[in-house]
Amino acid sequence: MSHLLALDPLFQSGHVGFSVFLVVAVKVLVAFALLLVSVMLYIWGMRKWIADMQNRIGPNTAGPWGILQTLADGIKLFFKEQSIPDSADRVVFRLAPYLSIMPAFLLFCIIPIGGQVSIFGHQTFLQVADLPIGALWILAMSGLGVYGVMLAGWASGSKYPLLGSVRATGQLLSYEAAFSLGILGVLVRAGTLSTHDIVSQQRWVNWHSFVSQWYWLPAFVPFVIFLIAATAETNHPPFDLVEAEQELVGGFNTEYTGIRFAIFFLAEFMNVITMSAVATTLFLGGPSGPGLGFLSAGNALNTWLMPVFWFGLKVIALLFVTVWVRASMPRMRYDRLMALGWKYLIEIAILWVLVAAAIEVANVQNWNVWATVLIAFGSAALAYGVLYLAIPKPDEVVEEFR
Amino acid sequence: MKRQVKGMLGGLGITFRTMMQPSVTVQYPHEREEPTPRARGVIALKEENCTVCMLCARSCPDWCIYIEGHKEQRPARREGGRPRSVSLLDRFDIDYALCMYCGICVEVCPFDALFWSPEFEYSEPNIAELLHDKDRLGEWMETVPEPEPLELGAEIKGKK
Repeated sequence: MSHLLALDPLFQSGHVGFSVFLVVAVKVLVAFALLLVSVMLYIWGMRKWIADMQNRIGPNTAGPWGILQTLADGIKLFFKEQSIPDSADRVVFRLAPYLSIMPAFLLFCIIPIGGQVSIFGHQTFLQVADLPIGALWILAMSGLGVYGVMLAGWASGSKYPLLGSVRATGQLLSYEAAFSLGILGVLVRAGTLSTHDIVSQQRWVNWHSFVSQWYWLPAFVPFVIFLIAATAETNHPPFDLVEAEQELVGGFNTEYTGIRFAIFFLAEFMNVITMSAVATTLFLGGPSGPGLGFLSAGNALNTWLMPVFWFGLKVIALLFVTVWVRASMPRMRYDRLMALGWKYLIEIAILWVLVAAAIEVANVQNWNVWATVLIAFGSAALAYGVLYLAIPKPDEVVEEFR
Repeated sequence: MKRQVKGMLGGLGITFRTMMQPSVTVQYPHEREEPTPRARGVIALKEENCTVCMLCARSCPDWCIYIEGHKEQRPARREGGRPRSVSLLDRFDIDYALCMYCGICVEVCPFDALFWSPEFEYSEPNIAELLHDKDRLGEWMETVPEPEPLELGAEIKGKK
């Protein structure tokens, strides 16, 4: 176990005493509370932003600017009756909400929200755990999240939830590939799986770091693919076919009431926040950003506050884009969803990984980089052209059925 | 593909522009929006014009108008003439729990006794209290706007 966490300087002495245990416990508790509070604020902010985009006011009664609206809704749901259908599998039905919310928490544990700080005299990273397999952990947890949705639909013993969960499984499986290949585009460049190392490679040196250090520009194609695939993974509009109200009543959570429904609701938005945090970590440099120039680099404000501030700002910006898309796009048709995933995103992601790998090899082998880039992009374009010609176009498919 | 991207960016642009506009919501109990002068808020009764002809009650699709009246004898206008009989209104109630605001009663009234008023704040906590009597309907006459001037040429008499 200590080997798994050994990247953190907290464990490098090899001795795990009470104070080390206390530091870890505090970090876990703070991460838990932070995620819950940020979900609460995100749901409120989402409703406010969407209201603005529709010339409305939005929630404004509970607390200042309605900021406690989510809390009020949560308390209401907590005291509502919980019903279980007769035909439901009672154990799995009760288990499913927690299966859905746990991966979101576990995923957030490896996100670095700050740099190296000192707590109780111990040097440690401002993240719950820095796993050597961090990037694989992201894939594992985002893949596990579908179990909650799938088992909820199956255990409800009702047809609309089942249809919703079948859709969820298909959608998740299809986009998991594009999602993983998008992450791979960064990993090829970073050469490490540890999230802390990925972030520290994107550290802030000067104002050029925005384009020269952060990975969003050198890995722009994976960045776009990751954002699309992450939206699909979290079942967020315009990919929310899992809970298409017009077709499926409520989707997988139709039979859920009370606090169990609230947990599903919470898990969905928690996944959006953790995915934004993952995108920030991989592509936007995580907590890296300019410190306060008039203070020394070792000042507490520069080591504690500014990294967390920059991390929060980037996550909020990504969340705003999510809400913006949510307010603008109608839901996709199911065949178009599949076509986008299988026919475009996966091919482009694979070819990008090949190009990125060629560039990395050229760097190591001291080949002419520009020639390599040219040849790699040329062969990728050629391969994509062949694939594109091989793929039936929507019009041709229609012709066949006539 | 080009068409889809264009459509997506266009949609995002519309929502962003809308976000920059102020909200149009009126927070009703705290702030109040004046209805338009000819708004069909409630039906008001001008009692002195009513002849108890019952046309409104009979034309009402919901049967929500309740009318009762009686006849009285009045002295003849000319010497040696027959005494006149006049209809007097005893009760004129509209049950606003039933009314669907179609306005047929206002249209059908031959003596201009019923009018649309823009008043709308007459909700009641109890549904039975939505039955408003002729005194209440008469109070709303104050809120009825003056009739619009006739169109040009409407008053020229033609040949009969």
